[in-house]
Amino acid sequence: MTDTNVTKARLVIVGGGPAGMAAAIAAYDAGVTDVLLLERGNALGGILLQCIHNGFGLHRFGEELSGPEYAARYEAEVKKRNIPFLTDTMVLSVDPDRTVTAMNSTHGVFSVKADAVVLAMGCRERSRGALSIPGKRPAGIYTAGTAQRYVNVQGYLPGKEVVILGSGDIGLIMARRMTLEGAHVKAVCELMPYSGGLNRNIVQCLKDFDIPLMLSHTVSKIHGDTRLTGVSIAEVDEKLRVKPETEQYIPCDTLLLSCGLLPENELTKEAGIPLDAITGGATVNEHRETLTEGIFACGNVLHVHDLVDFVSEEAELAGKSAADYILRGARKAASPITVKPAGKVRYTVPQRIDGEGEDVRLFFRVGAIVDNAVLTVKQGDTLLATKKKRRMTPGEMESFVLPAAKLAGVSGELTVCVESEGK
Amino acid sequence: METKELICIGCPMGCNLTVTVEDGDVKSVTGNTCPRGAEYGKNEVLHPVRTLTSTVFVENRGNMLPVRTDRAIPKECLFEAMKRVNAVTVKAPVSIGDVILSDFYGANLIATMNVL
Ligand SMILES: Cc1cc2nc3c(=O)[nH]c(=O)nc-3n(C[C@H](O)[C@H](O)[C@H](O)COP(=O)(O)OP(=O)(O)OC[C@H]3O[C@@H](n4cnc5c(N)ncnc54)[C@H](O)[C@@H]3O)c2cc1C
Ligand code: SF4
Repeated sequence: MTDTNVTKARLVIVGGGPAGMAAAIAAYDAGVTDVLLLERGNALGGILLQCIHNGFGLHRFGEELSGPEYAARYEAEVKKRNIPFLTDTMVLSVDPDRTVTAMNSTHGVFSVKADAVVLAMGCRERSRGALSIPGKRPAGIYTAGTAQRYVNVQGYLPGKEVVILGSGDIGLIMARRMTLEGAHVKAVCELMPYSGGLNRNIVQCLKDFDIPLMLSHTVSKIHGDTRLTGVSIAEVDEKLRVKPETEQYIPCDTLLLSCGLLPENELTKEAGIPLDAITGGATVNEHRETLTEGIFACGNVLHVHDLVDFVSEEAELAGKSAADYILRGARKAASPITVKPAGKVRYTVPQRIDGEGEDVRLFFRVGAIVDNAVLTVKQGDTLLATKKKRRMTPGEMESFVLPAAKLAGVSGELTVCVESEGK
Repeated sequence: METKELICIGCPMGCNLTVTVEDGDVKSVTGNTCPRGAEYGKNEVLHPVRTLTSTVFVENRGNMLPVRTDRAIPKECLFEAMKRVNAVTVKAPVSIGDVILSDFYGANLIATMNVL
């Protein structure tokens, strides 16, 4: 660092999780070697370091790895290339002119002027689900991710008698983890009539241990003064209102909240980068470039992924695109295509298509379970692509490729729609 | 002849499998996208197995080392296996793949993080 504490790097990457590492490696391999990777934790790896369960990397490596093993493979690639990275370094702001300001104990506050920036800050758990529950806030209520860190990193079991609110994957994984460590997980309550987690986790984390999954149920009261003593749970109606007559008391010392993940976009918002209201992440084109030139985003900060393999793939695309931008300059189409979700589709990524002559893979999620799903991609009344699937669920990200040939000459708006067959 | 509907846990795709069983033997598995699904469907009906992941204490670091079995072990052994895992401690340095317990229900228990 210089005296004025302003330095330069061609590419700065914010966040050293799987997304940040893969973006750094891809940019380096595409010819931009002056990369700086900034991570606030004490090691590279992100959330994977506490995800000790297996199930990572099957698509990438053809092996079922645990989170730390998957992270270690990317860390080794970063180190092999000598890509500069700083850990214990918190990024404080990102300016639209691509100046990144950060802080650590060695350099104090410093700024890096970059040609391009990749945002890879990941996501954090929603705690909103808990805010509306009546009762005090005694000790013993944690987000599932916090409990995961306690158990897996610190080796401390936060409780013995457990109720879990929300059936997101972290909650399901923690139901199994705490059961194996000797806790009694009494129920997983899910407000919606379907689980937000992967089917495989319902099988191997709940069914394997006879843990009841109570759909259309919520925690209606919290009991206890200083330490949690129990919760009341109740069924909800179609409008998600508690049915008081169904309320039942469950004694427990721990309540875990697993109500979904939210991209961590404070930095993005402050930079004035437009966000998609549904994903909570930036609006991007097929190169994962945000609407602010030279700033790219990938991984869970862009939209919540359930598969780290897809995070790595997306991050490689963002890293390579950032390198292309640095080496060859902007490539904005004169008439970009806007992609609009329709029917049961909640969102798509990318939301825009700027280029031409390339296949574009569109990712999307549905907002409800759709049996015998038919996907259609249309421009006005012209059908560009269609695909069928036995079942689509909100918990699983879907994707399909729009071939370059189909996109040639298309402008304006594309709609991506999913409905049940026959509708 | 009997059919069982299962969800493959081989990867996050979670394919819906249909397993046909006759005279205690698996006749067919359908619905799988890859060969792992066929193997899972067969095992699940005949003798279910699971990969166990957990942690062991690192004496000279004061934190936890994540571990896993290098192959799936019989599902009914999971709790007994956890007792053995929780009785072990290790000393750093440890590297990914180091065997922490061998001959562990037909598998090895291996380290999944480098602790320098
Ligand atoms: C409990 C759980 C279970 C999962 N299970 C599976 C599974 O079985 N299989 C699978 O394939 N995937 C699974 N996933 C998904 C996968 O782990 C994630 O998709 C992946 O880790 C996302 O990578 P990321 O780099 O976008 O985010 P993260 O891993 O969250 O990394 C983001 C990084 O950015 C850093 N950061 C944030 N803000 C700043 C800042 N201001 N300054 C500096 N650094 C910052 C953070 O410290 C963090 O290290 C699971 C995820 C969770 C949470
Ligand atoms: S059949 Fe193959 S693709 Fe489908 S869930 Fe099993 S392992 Fe995954």
